[in-house]
Amino acid sequence: MTGRIVAVFGNMVIAEAKGDVIQNSVGYCCRADGAKLLSEIIRVRGRCVDLQVFEETRGLKIGDTVEFREEMLSVALGPGLLGQIYDGLQNPLPQLAEQEGFFLKPGKYIHGLDLKKKWAFTPTAAVGDTVSAADVLGNCPEGIFEHQIMAPFTLREECTIKEIAPAGEYTVDKQIATLATADGKEVPVTMQQEWPVKRALAICKRRLMPTDPLITRVRIIDSMFPVVRGGTYCIPGPFGAGKTVLQQITSRHAEVDIVIIAACGERAGEVVETIREFPELTDPRTGKSLMERTIIICNTSAMPVAAREASVYTAATLAEYYRQMGLNVLLLADSTSRWAQAMREVSGRLEEIPGEEAFPAYLESRIAGFYERAGMLELNDGRVASVTIGGTVSPAGGNFEEPVTQGTLKVVGAFHGLSRARSDARRYPSIDPLDSWSKYTGIIDPAKTEKMRSVLRRGSEVKQMMTVVGEEGTPIDDFAIMLKAEIFDNCYLQQNAFDEIDGATPPDRQQFVFDKILEVMDTDFDFEEKHQARDIMFKLQDLFRNWNYVAPDSNEYKDFVQKIDAFIAAKGRE
Amino acid sequence: MRKYFDEITRIAGNVVTITASDVGYDELAIITTKRGPSLAQVIRLEGDQVSLQIFAGTQGISTGDKVRFLGRPMQVPFSDDLLGRVFDGSGKPRDNRPEIQADPVDIGSPAVNPIMRRMPDNMINTGIPMIDIFNSLVESQKLPIFSVAGEPYNELLARVGLQAEADIIILGGMGLRHDDYLKFRNTFEEGGVLGRTIMFVHTAADPVVECLLVPDLCLAVGESFALQGKKVLVLLTDMTAFSDSLKEIAITMEQIPSNRGYPGDLYTQLAKRYEKAVDFDGAGSMTTLAVVTMPGDDVTHPVPDNTGYITEGQFYLRNGRIEPFGSLSRLKQQVNGDTRDDHRAIMDGCLQLYSTCRETREKRDMGFEMSNWDEKLLRYGDQFEDKIMDLSVNIPLFEALDRCWDILADCFEPVETGIRRAILENHWPKELTAEEEAAEEAAASA
Ligand SMILES: Nc1ncnc2c1ncn2[C@@H]1O[C@H](COP(=O)(O)OP(=O)(O)O)[C@@H](O)[C@H]1O
Ligand SMILES: [Mg+2]
Repeated sequence: MTGRIVAVFGNMVIAEAKGDVIQNSVGYCCRADGAKLLSEIIRVRGRCVDLQVFEETRGLKIGDTVEFREEMLSVALGPGLLGQIYDGLQNPLPQLAEQEGFFLKPGKYIHGLDLKKKWAFTPTAAVGDTVSAADVLGNCPEGIFEHQIMAPFTLREECTIKEIAPAGEYTVDKQIATLATADGKEVPVTMQQEWPVKRALAICKRRLMPTDPLITRVRIIDSMFPVVRGGTYCIPGPFGAGKTVLQQITSRHAEVDIVIIAACGERAGEVVETIREFPELTDPRTGKSLMERTIIICNTSAMPVAAREASVYTAATLAEYYRQMGLNVLLLADSTSRWAQAMREVSGRLEEIPGEEAFPAYLESRIAGFYERAGMLELNDGRVASVTIGGTVSPAGGNFEEPVTQGTLKVVGAFHGLSRARSDARRYPSIDPLDSWSKYTGIIDPAKTEKMRSVLRRGSEVKQMMTVVGEEGTPIDDFAIMLKAEIFDNCYLQQNAFDEIDGATPPDRQQFVFDKILEVMDTDFDFEEKHQARDIMFKLQDLFRNWNYVAPDSNEYKDFVQKIDAFIAAKGRE
Repeated sequence: MRKYFDEITRIAGNVVTITASDVGYDELAIITTKRGPSLAQVIRLEGDQVSLQIFAGTQGISTGDKVRFLGRPMQVPFSDDLLGRVFDGSGKPRDNRPEIQADPVDIGSPAVNPIMRRMPDNMINTGIPMIDIFNSLVESQKLPIFSVAGEPYNELLARVGLQAEADIIILGGMGLRHDDYLKFRNTFEEGGVLGRTIMFVHTAADPVVECLLVPDLCLAVGESFALQGKKVLVLLTDMTAFSDSLKEIAITMEQIPSNRGYPGDLYTQLAKRYEKAVDFDGAGSMTTLAVVTMPGDDVTHPVPDNTGYITEGQFYLRNGRIEPFGSLSRLKQQVNGDTRDDHRAIMDGCLQLYSTCRETREKRDMGFEMSNWDEKLLRYGDQFEDKIMDLSVNIPLFEALDRCWDILADCFEPVETGIRRAILENHWPKELTAEEEAAEEAAASA
């Protein structure tokens, strides 16, 4: 099926079709020099078909041919995804670089999986077995995982295995099994399958309520505003507040099987950091390079905007695929605002009636739909697996009262709001402990976190009061609460992301230190004077802060515990 | 021989629509008017209607004027002959010297494959402590200077340009005042770098579309030099003028504005330019410093706001000083770990104290009694501003770090600085006195 171009405007093309077209299917705009530019049908009006082109449209002319395909925008799923770096449409960037050099040439596409590489397949199902969609047929090792080869996700009914290949080395496009439907239709199976990115992939017995804490090793998150496996959370914050750094450290330390990083419409340099650093870093839990558990989807701000819109879906689909294998996956999207803006650009070109700040009216439902792709599932064979989604939000002017932040807050389970005041004062991570919230329960007893929250609240009230009545007008007990809140903030909530030890705190250490801080809170230091209170608290703070920097199994660590205990016992008096 | 088209159907703003065929999107055209020829660029195709953005503006265009399409996008000739030359926003010489005869390169090349970028790791020394210590500038960084009219932002830009030791300096002026252009020229001449400088200058008197092209011209030339292995520094001033030109065109094209009249793709348009800053794996680099004047001194204005989300930090220039709060170099941690072991500790420690000092000043201004601690902070703040923050301070990094230690030692006891003990022991300028040592011990073993 073909058509011809009748209009070009930005990355929008209008074509006249000569037959039937399918909404959201793929088309190729054929430029005079032979390049075929990937596009997606986003609206049909009579014979006019509106396409968004995933490339620069430079050089397209009126009358150029458009080839329409039946398939939706899809990704290839199979062994070889882990460790890869893809653009938003699943083109492997290293292979593009090998073939094309420095620049991303429009119209150049490479299949997402290596078609030459052989994988050691071992069948686990046998001829005669019945299988449904996503049932395991066999597996092959992929880095640190057993990659499971599953029956096609598109199967609508139970099938019988008619043939299955013996253990051996196969490429992903080699047929390894034949299934037969009840009425005898044959379904060929290879180690790879395609799935349309905008459709959620969740083949399971049921969805479960997510409750297992997902440990990020960031203290303020795990202890105060926890995230759970299968849950969702968002990180809104003005530019420079620390959204990306927070996601970077989470991608390193999060206790999950697989991390998928969707670098959506922001800086290329930040992805380069990850690309260059991850292969060098070892994952302490597997002893292998961090890259082996990571997939990067990289559609940065200078790359085509329509592909940016697709990139978060590509990332979600890959996450869901590994969830089907029984794994826990964390998807980090930075930034969902750029994805929303890509929608806004397209909507503007379609001349749709704009909503608030010119975002389309369907913005909220799209945001909800994206976060809905997270979840903890009980798979058909009883295993439990999850996709967790954490997205940053980049609100215009740093003001959370804007459509993307508001639309996101309605659907997520935890809100880590970054504050400009905290990042200016270098209080990192700059998650605002008074504004943020989480609906989940983490590793600390909620009664204890509630207690700390009230200390923080009191401390902040006292600080406020002090700006009015001055230090001399503040009662000593209030003053002490303010200093205690400062200790908790400075030594627990703040964390030096660039220090090896302080940058990542395991849960048992968090629980231990949290309790120690609670002891400080519960101690009445009987301060007589404010300067004395300040001196004592400075010293205690110094001890806690230095304690954070020492390795847990060292003698120094034990020394610090002793010193702190002694200090508390003596109420800081010598 | 290319065909002429002369059926102009619409003239509005800077856009002319003409009936034509076989025209490519983004293609370049020449329109010949009574005032002479002007370049134009295709920005919309709809059936046989082609909309063109006219570089010289549409004033005086007649419906009978002729348009010829060039069958290629906008290009700029590229060779070493560009060095020392000055051009306007359509690439024509501005210095009364002949046009450059050389093979052209396309402007607006595709994005660089992220795989082909190196991790930036080379600090650019500026001699300005507020940059070198607190927000180090790094080769290949893209960084704006947020400021307001009246501040010496162009001077700062020129000063960094001179000290940065780049192979090639490219200045892009947008809506630049003629005096400012001359000032840049003189500074570069006196600094002896004019021979490796190229300028693309659009002045406030020139047509608005030419303003749009200035960054693209600078970046296309810079990128080509970088691909040859050169270290390129691009200085752009003022990107707010560029954004306003974008707004003007968008409104003419009847695009729905998203925020204060700016088009919804402002972020993408700015990002496409800023993201050209690069350190090529296997070739040279391009660093971009840009002035962004903030209308109404408001960072939440769409231009500085979108810029901040794109660039790798920002410097706030206010009251003739680089403000420590809000100013940020996102790449600083790539370089400040390898300079000296106390660099990061000083960076964090001095700023935290300065921030507390500002709170204390507020308290003082409200008439509150100052404690002993407050007095220390006030003393510290004054010294820090005079000896470190002042823009006239021009000293190398290590000297600046030593100076910070001297200030700290003059104002505080070691524990009060919040700096880790290991660092203090190595760098505290005074011998820790017996008394202080005892206090430390006591704190440690209490
Ligand atoms: N946890 C942290 N520890 C230390 N510095 C941080 C931390 N988070 C952010 N920063 C500093 O702030 C800068 C901006 O952070 P980034 O995450 O890029 O901001 P955003 O993505 O919100 O724009 C970083 O380059 C770094 O200098
Ligand atoms: Mg970021």
